[in-house]
Amino acid sequence: MIASLDAGGAPTVDAPFGHALNDAARANANIVALTADLSKYTDLHVFANANPSRFYQMGMAEQVMLSAAAGLAREGFTPFATTYAVFASRRAYDFICMAIAEESLDVKIVCALPGLTTGYGPSHQSTEDLAIFRGMPNLTIIDPCDATDIQMATRAIAAHRGPVYMRLLRGKVPDVLREYDYQFELGRVKLLRDGADVLFIATGLMTMRALQAAEQLRADSIDCAVLHAPTIKPLDVDGIREAASKTGRLVVVAENHSRIGGLGEAVAAELMRADIHPRFRQIALPDEFLDAGALPTLHERYGLSVDAVVTRVKKWLEA
Amino acid sequence: MRDVDIKQTNAAGAADTVSLKQRAYRIRRHALRMGEVQGQGYIAQALGFADVLAVCYFHALTYRAGDPEWEGRDRLYLSIGHYAIALYAALIEAGVLPEDELETYGGDDSRLPMSGMAAYTPGMEITGGSLGHGLGIAVGAALGLKRKQSTSLIYNLLSDGELGEGSTWEAVMSAAHHRLDNLIAVVDFNNQQADGPSQDMLCAEPLEDKWRAFGWHAQRVNGNDIDALTCAFDTARNHDRARPRAIICDTRMGKGVPFLESRERNHFLRVDAHEWAQAIDILDRANAQS
Ligand SMILES: Cc1ncc(C[n+]2csc(CCOP(=O)(O)OP(=O)(O)O)c2C)c(N)n1
Ligand SMILES: [Mg+2]
Repeated sequence: MIASLDAGGAPTVDAPFGHALNDAARANANIVALTADLSKYTDLHVFANANPSRFYQMGMAEQVMLSAAAGLAREGFTPFATTYAVFASRRAYDFICMAIAEESLDVKIVCALPGLTTGYGPSHQSTEDLAIFRGMPNLTIIDPCDATDIQMATRAIAAHRGPVYMRLLRGKVPDVLREYDYQFELGRVKLLRDGADVLFIATGLMTMRALQAAEQLRADSIDCAVLHAPTIKPLDVDGIREAASKTGRLVVVAENHSRIGGLGEAVAAELMRADIHPRFRQIALPDEFLDAGALPTLHERYGLSVDAVVTRVKKWLEA
Repeated sequence: MRDVDIKQTNAAGAADTVSLKQRAYRIRRHALRMGEVQGQGYIAQALGFADVLAVCYFHALTYRAGDPEWEGRDRLYLSIGHYAIALYAALIEAGVLPEDELETYGGDDSRLPMSGMAAYTPGMEITGGSLGHGLGIAVGAALGLKRKQSTSLIYNLLSDGELGEGSTWEAVMSAAHHRLDNLIAVVDFNNQQADGPSQDMLCAEPLEDKWRAFGWHAQRVNGNDIDALTCAFDTARNHDRARPRAIICDTRMGKGVPFLESRERNHFLRVDAHEWAQAIDILDRANAQS
């Protein structure tokens, strides 16, 4: 069940979420954590081992876990609740919506296996969680890129009051952003590199892929900018409009999510609302239940691999 | 009259017990060979549940190996999609799947994905894996079979972990409300979940009493005792009151391969390359001696 993510030779950090949550919990005694039989699979065991009295094992019962998180928040605590992205978004949606979001309670929902990060098939592939959650008022949505991003985002959401859904890479997580002058800021996009031909607007693990693709494309004299958008909601509308208004660049939104209802469509809508009309393309998963199989094969098949990104960008530029 | 291809209605006699043991041994062996292909997986569940599956496919179920969608079959739902490796092993033993296909287990474009899905595999009735679905679907199928005046039974295989899901208990109430005497729930109580022993996750006991209080006929048996299982399945099938039936099977994960039985964190086992042959050898030798 532990799906390892191809780090493309990058160094990795072990369980960045669990360790960052421990740091946050040292500073804030109100932080508690819950899981639905997946602490070891969401790196929450690191917190549970360090803070056994602040950890609630709820069993495989996602609905009551999230209702109970709401109850803890009502009593003044800041619960972090973990499961897989599919089970929060599909199974527990109503409980998150009405018990947590409607009252804007201080609950952080942190979920492993976002998008296509397991070869187990649709039961575990969370291809539409961003679409599901973007429609929920009050909810902040984060899709961090790597270990550094996860650590900084964990501290940021612990300090932020209000409900948050965060996608999580777990286990040995690639660490790429530390090479850049990067600080996670809630609700802000960050330009990681500039370029004249292509503007990647990327989120989650696709920022990693976009950075690698940009390197490869440089060999073909294609100059790519990479704008990292870890906060899906509220979207940094100004930052995105500003970057996309620079004329002459192909805008490519890259996300580990269905092409429906994720970052791509969110960006497209914001550009249209402001009468900004660059050439626009999406790198995203198809509107399908995806195959089972080995993860690298699936990333290739569905266009999330670096090679697939490079090939498609070249094709778009030729057209 | 039911159209019967493979059917033994009575509690197994001594000769049958030997052959069911053989079946269980062979199911374990197929599962280990698939495990070896991936080097890891839900192999401890498959070993623990092999006796139950042997009794299902070679004692209880009515089916046609060459026609897995035959209308007159008993339906067997694998709610626990991650037990796919166990069901593939049983389907191979039952002749629904060819044995050489086990080499493809979990590979790209295989009909045997790591999590059970209906569209991929002959004999896999539902797409499980998002746990807590099977029993509810079984309620509807049981209603549908009754509407069609079918005498087929529906078996839903679920895990102790699934007893944590609210949807399971909605289905438990619904089945009793609709007096579904054609529905048999088979619970694998292996006292294991992803994070540890089930009793530390969400206490499900007292289990038999709970199912009874919800209006079911409930039995609890040693799920690694073939004679006890055949009796329990016969009792469940022949019970004459209009209520659904549950068989709670206490099983031992890794059963039959002592060094895997005693391994910790056996929800998702990693097994070293050389240990697979060792495990198969242990099974073979135990079988030769019996
Ligand atoms: C609704 C749902 N929540 C969580 C999971 C993740 N998960 C997969 S297996 C498992 C353990 C469930 O307990 P059980 O089936 O008894 O485990 P086993 O006996 O196989 O160790 C969990 C939590 C899931 N598949 N479905
Ligand atoms: Mg179990």
